[in-house]
Amino acid sequence: MLGPDAHPTLPPDLIACHECDLLQTEPRLAPGELARCCRCGAVLARNPPDSLDRSLALSVAAAFLYLIANIHPLVGLELQGRRIEVTLFEAVRILWRDGVELVAVLVFVTALLFPLLELGMFLLVLVPLRLGRISPRLATFFRLVRSVQPWGMVEVFLLGMLVSLVKLSHLATVILGPAFWATGGLIVVLTLAARSFDTRLLWQTPVFGERP
Amino acid sequence: MNRVPLTARQAGLMSCHVCGQLAHRPAAGGGDRLRCPRCAAPLHLRKPASLNTTWALILASILLYIPANLLPMMTTASLLGSQQDTIMSGVVFLWQSGSWPLAAVVFFASVMVPLLKILALIYLAASVQRRSRHRMLQRTRLYRLVEFVGRWSMLDIYVITILAALVQFQGLATIQAGPAAVAFGAVVVLTMFAALSFDPRLIWDPLTDPDPLAEPVSHE
Repeated sequence: MLGPDAHPTLPPDLIACHECDLLQTEPRLAPGELARCCRCGAVLARNPPDSLDRSLALSVAAAFLYLIANIHPLVGLELQGRRIEVTLFEAVRILWRDGVELVAVLVFVTALLFPLLELGMFLLVLVPLRLGRISPRLATFFRLVRSVQPWGMVEVFLLGMLVSLVKLSHLATVILGPAFWATGGLIVVLTLAARSFDTRLLWQTPVFGERP
Repeated sequence: MNRVPLTARQAGLMSCHVCGQLAHRPAAGGGDRLRCPRCAAPLHLRKPASLNTTWALILASILLYIPANLLPMMTTASLLGSQQDTIMSGVVFLWQSGSWPLAAVVFFASVMVPLLKILALIYLAASVQRRSRHRMLQRTRLYRLVEFVGRWSMLDIYVITILAALVQFQGLATIQAGPAAVAFGAVVVLTMFAALSFDPRLIWDPLTDPDPLAEPVSHE
């Protein structure tokens, strides 16, 4: 089925605020500038400088950090000569074994799976864009990125780790694993990558071969 | 702005939730099968059944907030015996052991944020339902705050994950997650969905569309 027309009579710089529905014209933005809705103040558009190269570089860095963060142990504990170190996946497995399967699933999805999906789909969108290969499927991918984004919570997870380590520091010696630092880096890089991506790159590039 | 403010709805347009593309709204109902001409996302004038969904999710999270705070969040077994902790007693423990900044963080993230979030969503949904025209800008800001802050209540879920994973010294000390963790996780997820299903444009609608729901009673 065909969607309603993007009518040629609509001025191309006409936009509606996504938070209060007010129609307004999108100003031309200098690199680094952003436009806000004149009624409710929502961010309407931004123009991140050097968007494609920066977000691609940051996403590749994020992919490496993600690997380190999940292969190596996150944190460890030493008590009377016994030493326990866990990776994120092991932590999830222990929750499952303890009988709180729902919580295990929640942690697995928010701290492991969705950040991975976000990263993977980000690369799937960015690499073809960089190579100049535009396909209508990109937009669909990007829709998935957007729906997954609110559920990746690596930064909350890092704070959670800090809190639990402070709780444990009275009990035993706490060891910070390489994955702990990688997670910290991952948060910074992933946030910057998402922020430096200019979504207009996806929509303003002419798409040949409209979907059926 | 030297023109009279006009919303997309008044102009017979709708904007795509994903890419922002404006599209003409077909005169006849057209139904829910409309797709964005640019990115193929489903097109709606407003998020479908926004208020009803938000109300249902708020109600569910209120119900689950109770067991989340009353049931034990974790069980600690050590040489000194077994001890069960709720969210609140975990905060008290942190406070007494001297790390009061962390106690404040945990108290704020796991007790105050879910509670304030539920209250804020009730206020937003109720004021939209009454078609209130007061403090629209402030209510929009409140909505943004709710959306931003919601994820941070996952904190306690992660704390318990790490504690349960690390404290596995059989015979010396072990920590297990308790039933409150399930309820608490559900509260966080449900309130996040409630915030996602709420459409902030409903806050502004009474200004420009006096009768969008076409309340049949008042007209006939």
